[in-house]
Amino acid sequence: MVGFVIVSHSRLLAESVADFTRLMAERVTVIPAGGLEDGSFGTSYQLISDAIEEANSGDGVLVLMDMGSAVMTTEMVLESMENHKVKMVDCPLVEGAVAGTIAAAGGQSLELIYRNLTKSGYVNKF
Amino acid sequence: MNKEKIILVIDQMAVAMEKQKEFLTELDNVIGDGDHGINMARGFSEVIKKRDSLAKMDAGDMIKNLGMILVSTVGGASGPLYGTAFMKAGMFLKGKEDITFPDFLEAFQCAIDGVMARGKAAEGEKTMLDSMLPAKRAMEQEWTISGDGKKSMEAGLTAARKGMEDTKKIIATKGRAAYLGERSIGHQDPGATSFVFLLEAIASQM
Ligand SMILES: Nc1ncnc2c1ncn2[C@@H]1O[C@H](COP(=O)(O)OP(=O)(O)OP(=O)(O)O)[C@@H](O)[C@H]1O
Ligand SMILES: [Mg+2]
Repeated sequence: MVGFVIVSHSRLLAESVADFTRLMAERVTVIPAGGLEDGSFGTSYQLISDAIEEANSGDGVLVLMDMGSAVMTTEMVLESMENHKVKMVDCPLVEGAVAGTIAAAGGQSLELIYRNLTKSGYVNKF
Repeated sequence: MNKEKIILVIDQMAVAMEKQKEFLTELDNVIGDGDHGINMARGFSEVIKKRDSLAKMDAGDMIKNLGMILVSTVGGASGPLYGTAFMKAGMFLKGKEDITFPDFLEAFQCAIDGVMARGKAAEGEKTMLDSMLPAKRAMEQEWTISGDGKKSMEAGLTAARKGMEDTKKIIATKGRAAYLGERSIGHQDPGATSFVFLLEAIASQM
């Protein structure tokens, strides 16, 4: 099953998004990588790489980020990994996490979930 | 510039980041999230902790590794941005024990290209690039005219400081300041400012 990593500047935000996905996709692994090691705001290269490692059960990992350095640092982690089964997704963080994990619980592949999530930013909320 | 000098440059950079920590943070308080000085000082203090192992490397690896330390310890956008800059410059300088001014100019260009690619940014967006690019151009120009490294560095510093001042006139379109739109006018960019301090550290050892 595809795993997920939630990268945020805020530890609480990353944890909450991960927690929130359990409501409808309890079986899916979602690892938060929020804030710096000491819990303050920021993004940590180490926490992100550890989380990706932890989230990968062999079927790949999708990484969702909030903004700024969360995106740039994730990009650098992925460059150092050269694992094609780890992808960062450009999508809304909360909706993307919910929709993506539900799709993963249904057994969808990394590629398919990735493609659908990159389109999810263009769906109107109302 | 030889390896011993480069280590001294790194020391100077760390001293400057510590000294300017509050000033950079104040600038970032106005148009960002108030952590640029803290971020840079944290990154360079980690660099200094690894000073001994850096000193054993050739110039290229030393600079590349400095970049890698910044990526893992800075914690804000300046981490991946300056980190990529130093890594790209270091990769270009790989194997060198001594850096000539033309080497430096090429490495500087690699650093700039790295920041542009990482930040998906160009000149005029109110970022560190707005002091980097004018500095590079002025250095190149002075070097073609005089072939004098010291004079070229001086010209670069003057241009970097002007670029930094001029960020006040720019509406930010990249980074956190972009969310402020027009309200970012009148305020100096923290990253363009920290770059001036880093360049001063290089100049101090020439
Ligand atoms: N996309 C970008 N391209 C180039 N430079 C940028 C970009 N985003 C930010 N910067 C530079 O980084 C500086 C801010 O660095 P700082 O360490 O404070 O990161 P930050 O904005 O707090 O990061 P984050 O938004 O991830 O928390 C800005 O002043 C600007 O010069
Ligand atoms: Mg900041």
